[in-house]
Amino acid sequence: MDNTLSRRQKIGRGALTAIFSVVSAVWFLPVIVVLYNSFKNNDAIKTSLFSLPNAESFVGFENYVEGIMHGNYPFYESILYSLIITILSVALILLCTSMAAWYISRVDSFFCKVVYYLCIFSMVVPFQMVMFTLSKTADKLQLDTPWTIPIVYLGFGAGLAVFMFTGFIKSIPIDIEEAASIDGCTPLQTFFLVVAPIMKSTYISVCILEVMWVWNDYLLPYLVLDKTKFRTIPIQIQYLQGSYGQVDYGATMALIVLCLLPIVIVYLTCQKHIIKGVLSGAVKG
Amino acid sequence: MKKILSIVLSLGMILALFAGCGKQEKGKVYYLNFKPEQDAAWVELAEKYTELTGVEVKVVTAAEGTYEQTLTAEIDKDAAPTLFQVSGTVGLESWKDYCLDLAGSDLYKELTSDDFALKEGDKVYGIAYVYEGYGIIVNTKLLKKAGYEVKDITSYAKLKEVAEDITKRSDALGFDAFASAGLAPSSSWRFSGHLANMPLYYEFAEDNVTSQPAKIKGTYLANFKNIWDLYINNSTIDPKKLTNEQNDAAAEFKAGKAVFYQNGTWEYSNIAEIGDENIGYLPIYVGVKDEKQGLCCGTENYWAVNSQASEADQKATLDFLKWVVTSEEGTTALAEKMGFVSPFKSAKPVANKLCNIMNEYVADGCYNVSWAFNYTPNVDTWRAGVVDALAAYSAGKGQWSAVEKAFVDGWAEQYKASKQ
Amino acid sequence: MKKKAKKHNASAITNPSQLRATKRYAPIFLWPTFIAFCIGFVWPFIWGIYLSFFRFKTLRNTTFVGLENYVKAFSDKDFYSSFWFTVLFTVISVIVINVVAFLVAFVLTKGIRGSNIFRTIFFMPNLIGGIVLGYLWKIILDAVIMRFLDSTLALNATYGFWGLVILVSWQQIGYMMIIYVAALQNVPGEYIEAAKIDGANGPQLMRHIIIPTVMPSITICTFLSLTNGFKLFDQNLALTGGKPFKETEMLALNIYKSFYESTTNMGVGQAKAVIFFVIVVVVALAQLYFTRSKEVQE
Repeated sequence: MDNTLSRRQKIGRGALTAIFSVVSAVWFLPVIVVLYNSFKNNDAIKTSLFSLPNAESFVGFENYVEGIMHGNYPFYESILYSLIITILSVALILLCTSMAAWYISRVDSFFCKVVYYLCIFSMVVPFQMVMFTLSKTADKLQLDTPWTIPIVYLGFGAGLAVFMFTGFIKSIPIDIEEAASIDGCTPLQTFFLVVAPIMKSTYISVCILEVMWVWNDYLLPYLVLDKTKFRTIPIQIQYLQGSYGQVDYGATMALIVLCLLPIVIVYLTCQKHIIKGVLSGAVKG
Repeated sequence: MKKILSIVLSLGMILALFAGCGKQEKGKVYYLNFKPEQDAAWVELAEKYTELTGVEVKVVTAAEGTYEQTLTAEIDKDAAPTLFQVSGTVGLESWKDYCLDLAGSDLYKELTSDDFALKEGDKVYGIAYVYEGYGIIVNTKLLKKAGYEVKDITSYAKLKEVAEDITKRSDALGFDAFASAGLAPSSSWRFSGHLANMPLYYEFAEDNVTSQPAKIKGTYLANFKNIWDLYINNSTIDPKKLTNEQNDAAAEFKAGKAVFYQNGTWEYSNIAEIGDENIGYLPIYVGVKDEKQGLCCGTENYWAVNSQASEADQKATLDFLKWVVTSEEGTTALAEKMGFVSPFKSAKPVANKLCNIMNEYVADGCYNVSWAFNYTPNVDTWRAGVVDALAAYSAGKGQWSAVEKAFVDGWAEQYKASKQ
Repeated sequence: MKKKAKKHNASAITNPSQLRATKRYAPIFLWPTFIAFCIGFVWPFIWGIYLSFFRFKTLRNTTFVGLENYVKAFSDKDFYSSFWFTVLFTVISVIVINVVAFLVAFVLTKGIRGSNIFRTIFFMPNLIGGIVLGYLWKIILDAVIMRFLDSTLALNATYGFWGLVILVSWQQIGYMMIIYVAALQNVPGEYIEAAKIDGANGPQLMRHIIIPTVMPSITICTFLSLTNGFKLFDQNLALTGGKPFKETEMLALNIYKSFYESTTNMGVGQAKAVIFFVIVVVVALAQLYFTRSKEVQE
């Protein structure tokens, strides 16, 4: 390819690379700024956000210790609850909705059609529409702990997941399942031994979409969880900003870095899956 | 394996739906506390009570400026607060359905005066638990260093003179006149609530307002502007940065960076470290009726017991309150840990210099600037509007007329909205 | 393009005994999701519509008021201003996000050196949650605005508006770019070669070959950025919180505040939520209809 390029094109490409390097650097700058500010003391952050830490303003990991251990609510608990909620919710969503999607695709009944179209409908409905009544329902059913909130997530998030799974299942030829059934497989065996393995890539895509949603979600857990005991990372960050005495800028920077770090690491290690997952969600939506 | 897992999961889901159906009948107390300063003390007291009696007492404190919001959300829950706070008659209006009549309760009998009960006819809906006063707290040591005494300051004009003189020499003195007038949520109520009381009080006094007015005129807003200008132009920080969360007026005051700090008796424990001998307390002079002006004393804190709670919970709550206001541990905690001057018969004297000075003003025959802000409609929203306007004005990005608008028009709007 | 709906029956089980066996397993396959779906969506949705006709502060105390809440919602000037703010914000952010994302994607598919790294970096912000994003940008924008414009986000609605645009652009451009990259890579090379031989210049190529082929992606991206813009909440709450004077309050935040801040009648909030729901559905349908019909024409 390259040898067919003219000199002018080569220079043009070089220039584009240069321009994009600068743009990318600027794009990434907010993260860098927060990162190095998390090692500065409060005064330095306040007066000169953009200057690098120097001997005077450098405080090492003090902000991190302060952010994690102190304050009205210990941050490690937030991390823990965010993790529990995300893992349980996503596992529940993947398991239940893929099974439901299979059933809906394979059983051609009026009821299944209604459920399917309701799921599609639910994807358009803004959260504010059900925000109040959903939080009341969750409270009545005592779903206000990290261990029970996954049911709420399953309910409100079912739409997209069912939609994506059905989209894929419909492309799986039914003959394989018929063969399995003739061989004496129960529907459960058919599903887990035959269908589920074929759907691996869809599982990954749905998993990524749901993880991104649940991990970053603020309003639903804020309204549903018992906030005196359980605060996820976004809830705690919002609390820091909103109220209760003084905000420690250094500690806040440290907490933001702690939020970003896992995201960046996970992203860099399984970038391909993530991009593909996000794409498949978009293309089908 | 997966089959079992799926069955277990679906079973778990169904079980979760029915969990918590078997509640025990022993009453529980859930106190939704209003005052963040006393949060730790309440939690400690609650633990002690649980230890003594085995009755569970949960204390939750709403974040500053979100009490109504939190209460509205909590009261509808299954485990609703059994004990909450209403702020005077306006608050009572929106929560009356949830206020138990306390007329026959032991708690009511403990009150020293009927003035501290929130009554309607024969019914007692709320019991005040603290009597407070606010003004300008003074670091007399610094004031002396600047060449003045507390007793010199008897009017707005004099306060202005002193403050501006300190500002002029602040580099040499090493401190400023006023601690930062922070407009972040953690501190803004000192101005949108307490300082704003000054023009409200004088207007209501002049017009004989004795119940919540639908409209206000803003007669004394010019005085409000004067005192606000004085605060921000003679302060430790640049007025542009008032909305910054970093401002910590109490810390500045304690560190000897400011002479004056507007706050109330509840702040005593927080600033006590500068030493009782160095603490002075001034009324907030705004130039209306400076002569014989006293501090702003009153209460907006009335306990109410949730009438919709189960009878067992109501009883547990009343028992808890009785214990708090009569027992050794309870009264000690109220007086010492929380620093409350509380209107109960067995209340202990408070070791609080600010309260002592407050009482001196009363003894000297100074008039009390009562808490007119208790009439504010939709109080959090109204205050938020005033804070936004003050912030813009102080940063030089807005006109004072916007503050007047937030004050007067905001009141009418919120009154209308609150009657919706 | 693909008519998937028609295939619904084709993927169903036809063998009666197998169907019967499968149906017996409905409690395991379908019910958990269905029950949760009812708890998490169906019931709250129906209940929400029902409650919008009631005046209430707490649920123990509701009064039927007919359409009064809707009348009040429509006569609320804050609701109007938040609507127009949302519209303006959505229009601008849709344009900015899609134009920039398309241009970036276009350049990155030219095979310049470092494309993969650029793609990685541009996409990353998309993974950060709205609250953290809002807080991050608040700190940075406030510092910049303070230094150069001597103000803050909380003091000036114009800065707040552009702050929000910058924030969502930063968040979503990478996402849309990825979709455009995928689409652009599918533009058949032969078409372009053939057009070039016919003497087509750059703009002509773009108009007649490239844009028509990537039209489905443009539909998707506008659709996504449009609904994202309309439903924006977390970022709005964290970056400006509606300050100053509710001037930067968007619809979702306005509704939230009607429910939870100094409210005497939550019914108005619920009525606003129903109106909001209708708006979002209408916008989504109109947009889909508009772009789909264009697609067919091309």
